[in-house]
Amino acid sequence: MPVTVRLPGALRDVTGGETKLTASGSTLRAVIADIDRRHPGFAARVLDPSGGLRSYINIYIGEEDARARGGSDASVPEGSEVMVIPAMAGGR
Amino acid sequence: MSGLTPQLVRERVRGTILERIGETPLVPLHRIGAGLRGELWAKIESANPGGSVKDRPGLWMVLAAEEEGRLRRSRTVLDATSGNTGVALAMVCAVRGHALELCMPDKASIERKRIIRAFGAKLVLTDPLEGTDGAIREAQRMAAAERERYVYVDQYSNPANPLAHQLGTGPEIWEQTARRVTHFVAGVGTSGTIVGVSAALRPKGVRIVAVQPDDPLHGIEGWKHMPTAIRPAIWDERAADEHRVMATDEAIAMAKRLAREEGIFSGVSGGAAVASAVAVAREESGRIVVLIADGGERYLSTPLWE
Repeated sequence: MPVTVRLPGALRDVTGGETKLTASGSTLRAVIADIDRRHPGFAARVLDPSGGLRSYINIYIGEEDARARGGSDASVPEGSEVMVIPAMAGGR
Repeated sequence: MSGLTPQLVRERVRGTILERIGETPLVPLHRIGAGLRGELWAKIESANPGGSVKDRPGLWMVLAAEEEGRLRRSRTVLDATSGNTGVALAMVCAVRGHALELCMPDKASIERKRIIRAFGAKLVLTDPLEGTDGAIREAQRMAAAERERYVYVDQYSNPANPLAHQLGTGPEIWEQTARRVTHFVAGVGTSGTIVGVSAALRPKGVRIVAVQPDDPLHGIEGWKHMPTAIRPAIWDERAADEHRVMATDEAIAMAKRLAREEGIFSGVSGGAAVASAVAVAREESGRIVVLIADGGERYLSTPLWE
């Protein structure tokens, strides 16, 4: 089930410069695993060692915060847009 | 140049809340510092009235624009900020009677937005995927499009930012340590703190340690991963004797220790700075001063304190 994933500039180094990807998976974890297969190291940047979302990253599925929908277990409807956003930013 | 001095700043803000900016406490870290070669002291910047170290440059940048005659009442102060500078500028502009607009990445923490709006400032929300750099580009675009309307204070390029630390934070630390400070440790965001304190204390033999996040995607609010970010014009690597990096997970763990062991409720950047200072104090002796930029209250809606 294809979904669009938009990434912050801070993850360009692991995706070869891409900030908009198409991925498949019915849960957030599956979508992340799909990207990780093409861009090894991606999952480790957004998930902590226990498989949860890193505390300093927010992921939105459409307009909804993935944490409110089960974190990495959140379901991702076909055709939705997933946004990965740094929770913090530099320079204040 | 504005010709700002600490005396002039004091005169301009006398009798207002802005008079309470600076002269923040310096406290020893007895438990976290136990058993280390160096002695750890923390400069608690959450004691500023706006709640962070950014009150200092916020005040100096606005007063500098006033002194230079750029800030007539019909003009609007403009800057890009993801948080603490915005709060500081909003507080200062409320007192000084200036309109303020701030470019900020959308989906920044709700506390920031509400505090800034409470002071009467207007927010221009920018693409969250572009982070602070996207907010900077939008502020640059707005300033160029309406030159007469905006006074773009530009904390990343404004010499009044490091000057606030050169003539304020640095000399305070020198006096508060009875002139015995040997090291100063702080994170790099705009770099105003490191560059300014370095100008004040390095000539006195103090070793300056600058710390950055170890990854472009990090959770250390206010710090910049310089190799991948827009480089602030005021930044000069030579201001520091030593450059270190810090991981977000280690910073969060230290922020939690600060609360539980020292009673200091810090933001993650404070945890990052103290964890770096601990690493320095393991290796070197002396009186090591570390700057804790803000308090943990400002991050309660984020997952960091869950």
